[in-house]
Amino acid sequence: MARMKFLCDADRCIECNACVTACKNEHEVPWGINRRRVITINDGKPGERSVSMACMHCTDAPCAAVCPTNCFYTTADAVVLHSKDLCIGCGYCFYACPFGAPQYPRVGNFGSRGKMDKCTFCAGGPEADNTQAEFVKYGTNRLAEGKLPLCAEMCSTKSLLAGDGEIIAQIYKERVVKRGYGSGAWGWRTAYRETIAT
Amino acid sequence: MTAFLARIRAAVGVLVLLAAVIAAAPSGAQQKNPDGSVNPTASAVREEQLFKEMDRITGRCTLPDQKACTLEQPAGRDWRYFSQVTLPWIGAIAILGMLAVLVLFYLFRGMVRIEAGRSGRTVVRFNAFERFVHWMTAACFIVLALSGLNITFGKDLLLPLIGPDAFTTWAQWAKYAHNYLSFPFTIGVVLILLMWIGGNIPNRTDVAWVKEGGGIVGHGHPPAKRFNAGQKLIYWIVVIGGAAVAITGYILMFPFWGGTSIVGMQTAAVIHGIVGVLFVAAMLGHIYIGTIGMEGAFEAMGTGTVDENWAKQHHSLWLEEEKAKGKVEAPAGRMQPAE
Repeated sequence: MARMKFLCDADRCIECNACVTACKNEHEVPWGINRRRVITINDGKPGERSVSMACMHCTDAPCAAVCPTNCFYTTADAVVLHSKDLCIGCGYCFYACPFGAPQYPRVGNFGSRGKMDKCTFCAGGPEADNTQAEFVKYGTNRLAEGKLPLCAEMCSTKSLLAGDGEIIAQIYKERVVKRGYGSGAWGWRTAYRETIAT
Repeated sequence: MTAFLARIRAAVGVLVLLAAVIAAAPSGAQQKNPDGSVNPTASAVREEQLFKEMDRITGRCTLPDQKACTLEQPAGRDWRYFSQVTLPWIGAIAILGMLAVLVLFYLFRGMVRIEAGRSGRTVVRFNAFERFVHWMTAACFIVLALSGLNITFGKDLLLPLIGPDAFTTWAQWAKYAHNYLSFPFTIGVVLILLMWIGGNIPNRTDVAWVKEGGGIVGHGHPPAKRFNAGQKLIYWIVVIGGAAVAITGYILMFPFWGGTSIVGMQTAAVIHGIVGVLFVAAMLGHIYIGTIGMEGAFEAMGTGTVDENWAKQHHSLWLEEEKAKGKVEAPAGRMQPAE
């Protein structure tokens, strides 16, 4: 089985936000929820760099560990998913997540945030694959159709890679060798306790 | 001629400007690779370097939710360790430890009796309003404690017994109860602070009381006013602990409100958790002394009156004050002497 990962080649990201738009459109994510976002460090200054970030589907995921109702599960492809039927909207996963991935439809109202929403690696949820019930809660299930996440598929500069960790790491390594530079796999050390030697 | 000179002046000016621009441009902006190719992002920030400078990476994003502009906060993993390892251990040791101490204490000491027996004469200890405030706070506390412990221990203790669907239904209602009952609980703590602070300022009597081991650990009957040192301790645990859980609880209930950062939310959860489990342990001790630990104590908060001999044994100075005010009552229905 594959071990699914995201890899943002930050030397290629041009902050076009196509990944963000593709994700929102594909899954019909409501206003206020962003499963993926692009962050620019040192914006407008020397050393500026943009990175696209979403749920990294961590190894030994902190969100799953702190959830008081154990609503998270990891698929055979190592994608970290959750059940909105079991989520009570306590917000703990957001405190534990190193990447700010969990999103909530509401704020305030005595902390009634509603059911948590996050990137599913385009793999839906616990409902039967590609059913309406699954789509309404989690969006489309592209993995079940044999396709990879749309954010990476639509990336205009092929900065964002999604797929089996070993394959995308190999693609990245080849790029680094060919062009002669690379800033590393952002977030990999935090998410997977490993990094790509380049 | 003048036109020619002006043209030369302009040309020199342009050259000087160009030289200045070239000199000012950072020489390392376009580093070359060993093979002569150019690295266009050589000066851009790198992850390891950012983590050396600070413990999280934040930038700019175009979303209205500015929390989304934090790229990475590995501190979440520390918070995970606290909530999954540190807090359950503190909670288990404090609560199970307190229960063990109470069981052992009961086996050795048993119920502390009214030594002189009941006199039949009663004295009012807590009026109706005081009892209402106490029981409102106590009832809220029990629900808050159970629903709070459920967050830390529920998935290990209860979830395997009742299954995920039933557990989520219960946890969801427990969360609502925890959020809404915090309001009457906070009002109760404020009223407790105001109505009993007069009798709860530590003084010299408390030193002597503690030296003799009070009325429950020791066997003497050190004098005490309305509240002895042990009760003062419970009072200040309720007031200070109640304030701590209330403040951190409202921070958690209104997430990120008023500019609270993720570090602020994590810290609030840490304080709320630790104070919460210690509070539960302290209240177990309070419930023990108020029920099976001491004869005649429960009535104080039950009917509001205590037996005169109980008061003499545990609160001698207070009883004298009450007697001086003429507040000790003969039991209802008994004939009074004629003279």
